[in-house]
Amino acid sequence: MKHKLLSVAVAALLIPAANLVSAETKPAAMKLSDNVVKIGVLTDMSGVYSDLGGQGAVTAVQMAIDDFKAQYKPKFNIEMVYADHQNKADVGSNKVREWYDTQGVDMVTDLLNSGVSLAVGKVTQEKKRIAIFVGSGSTRLTDQDCTPNTIHYAYDTYALANVAGKAIVKNGGDTWFFLTADYAFGHSLEKDTSDVVKANGGKVLGSVRHPLNASDFSSYLLQAQASKAKIIGLANAGGDTINSIKAASEFGITKNQQLAGLLMFITDIHALGLQTTQGMLLTSGFYWDKDDETRKFSKRFFDKTKRNPTMVQAGDYSAVTTYLKAVVAAGTDEAAAVMAKMKSTPINDFFAKNGKIRENGRMIHDMYLMQVKKPSESKYPWDYYEIKSVVSGEDAFQPLSASQCPLVKK
Amino acid sequence: MTSFFDIPIQALMGQLMLGLVNGSFYAILSLGLAVIFGMLNIINFAHGALYMMGAFLAWMGLEYLGIGYWPALILAPLAIGVFGVVIERSMLRWLYKLDHLYGLLLTFGLALVIEGLFINGYGVSGQPYQIPTELAGGFNLGFMFLPYYRGWVIVASLSVCFATWYGIEKTRLGAYLRAATENPKLTQAFGINVPIMVMLTYGFGAALAGFAGVLAAPVIQVSPLMGSHLIITVFAVVVIGGMGSIMGSIVTGLGLGVVEGITNLVYPAASNTVVFIIMAIVLMLRPAGLFGKEQ
Repeated sequence: MKHKLLSVAVAALLIPAANLVSAETKPAAMKLSDNVVKIGVLTDMSGVYSDLGGQGAVTAVQMAIDDFKAQYKPKFNIEMVYADHQNKADVGSNKVREWYDTQGVDMVTDLLNSGVSLAVGKVTQEKKRIAIFVGSGSTRLTDQDCTPNTIHYAYDTYALANVAGKAIVKNGGDTWFFLTADYAFGHSLEKDTSDVVKANGGKVLGSVRHPLNASDFSSYLLQAQASKAKIIGLANAGGDTINSIKAASEFGITKNQQLAGLLMFITDIHALGLQTTQGMLLTSGFYWDKDDETRKFSKRFFDKTKRNPTMVQAGDYSAVTTYLKAVVAAGTDEAAAVMAKMKSTPINDFFAKNGKIRENGRMIHDMYLMQVKKPSESKYPWDYYEIKSVVSGEDAFQPLSASQCPLVKK
Repeated sequence: MTSFFDIPIQALMGQLMLGLVNGSFYAILSLGLAVIFGMLNIINFAHGALYMMGAFLAWMGLEYLGIGYWPALILAPLAIGVFGVVIERSMLRWLYKLDHLYGLLLTFGLALVIEGLFINGYGVSGQPYQIPTELAGGFNLGFMFLPYYRGWVIVASLSVCFATWYGIEKTRLGAYLRAATENPKLTQAFGINVPIMVMLTYGFGAALAGFAGVLAAPVIQVSPLMGSHLIITVFAVVVIGGMGSIMGSIVTGLGLGVVEGITNLVYPAASNTVVFIIMAIVLMLRPAGLFGKEQ
């Protein structure tokens, strides 16, 4: 037994060395770790957020890889693996560690939950690979918890608050009460929105925190109603937002007070229907029906998944394409070189307009203030939003001067 | 404004009312669990999935077949009941002689499979189900606006709970059932077909879950995850009330709904833990639950 154990241990020690040898002896035009660029999609496959990313994220990343291969005909292989992080930080970071250590994964993306993303960011920095957060929202990812190996791609709580929050206050919604999901993301969204409300001359009258996946929202809404605030800010996401809005309309709250869904995806609108959501203002970084480019991508995506892409899924496609282009341009999949390439190259594709990655890893791009259409204005399936205004990345996202990220030179 | 420990009495009344509504759901779900556990000794972890299926059947009926809310309130529970009977006949009956754990594992697995299938088909964001037009609008109670529908939830679930209690405790059929639980062999010897009774009991318990599902469909989004979010709390209710106690599950369900409502007002962060704190205390003081009998 002892011998067996010993030989296993020795073998285990030898494996990395063996890998090294094979990598070095392989003839390769580019300096790739194993002539394969391997992308990991870490997402929520069946939980509350799985409609935002989930299987759709896997599809989007596969599309990005296939399109890249067809267009650029790279000399290296591109592979994809995917796994479920179950919205648990430990599950996510263990999976990513395994991918980096044993499967040669170079880049991880999607990542639907801020808690998971914060944990994955630490492992990624330690292992010197790359993580691109698309689905998570907390500004901590590019603020105090930024790393040289991570990028925050699609949106964050600051931009959500700054675009829709500001517009609502300017439209006269100057007193707020928050319904907040009781974890990192909800707190971050409540704080950022409160700051915006106050900075624009509004007042925050109070807030109530509810557990993630609360079964009933009527009691929280009753408290929001009692506050007499003009605006009830929903600092939550997914199913929690959906059920808050449903209960608010049932209890007649929407007659005298207005709801502000601070993070709403098109799948949420689709699930609730326009009757309940009409007139709501929201922030998004992507809308499938914006122009011909977005429609073209969305049509292809719809044919595969029977749903239109969310901001996260479209962001996954864009993030993977940006990454692969940088690998070709850098001539290597070594993280530091690829990161430098990505940060120095502007991004302009169907998803990101006027995009660039700042030194703290924040990808800034045009954000949109959307208003949900009335049922009578909706002409065809998924015709849900009217774009009220376009806010440039510089204006939508946190100014670099306010960032606490140590990578920002001041 | 009058207040009670610094809480405006108006808000307190509102929360008590909502607590009663939520308690009605707890009561009807935990009643189903209690009936099944009492008769079959099965800890039915598939209960949440059956509840979800009830809501989905109501939605599918409306979406694909044009069946409205009222017929669905009868038809969906019947269909779920039949589904329950099929499960009992094909799977559960082989497990009665084994430890409780086997039944728990089987039903838990079933719940995962059913949920997985629905997630695959419909995604997690769920489907909207409108409140029937007859019950749109609401009363102004002075201290709050109570939608008619929520009032109907209390009436409907309490009537079903009471009818179930009456059926089991006061009728001849109920007496057979209780006898079959107490001593199956002897009851069988008296010429009563115990396996059929057991099968029907599971079907009935499943139908109760389906009924609660239809009742919940207009209130919350019809989503594959709706059952798993609720079921853990419902199990705590059953444990507090005493496994298998009919009256216990009804009273505890309503009571805990109210306690939860008040917690929402006093300290919202604890609203989803308060039930478990009570459970821990009850288990320490009365391990058989508030209404359970020590065996």
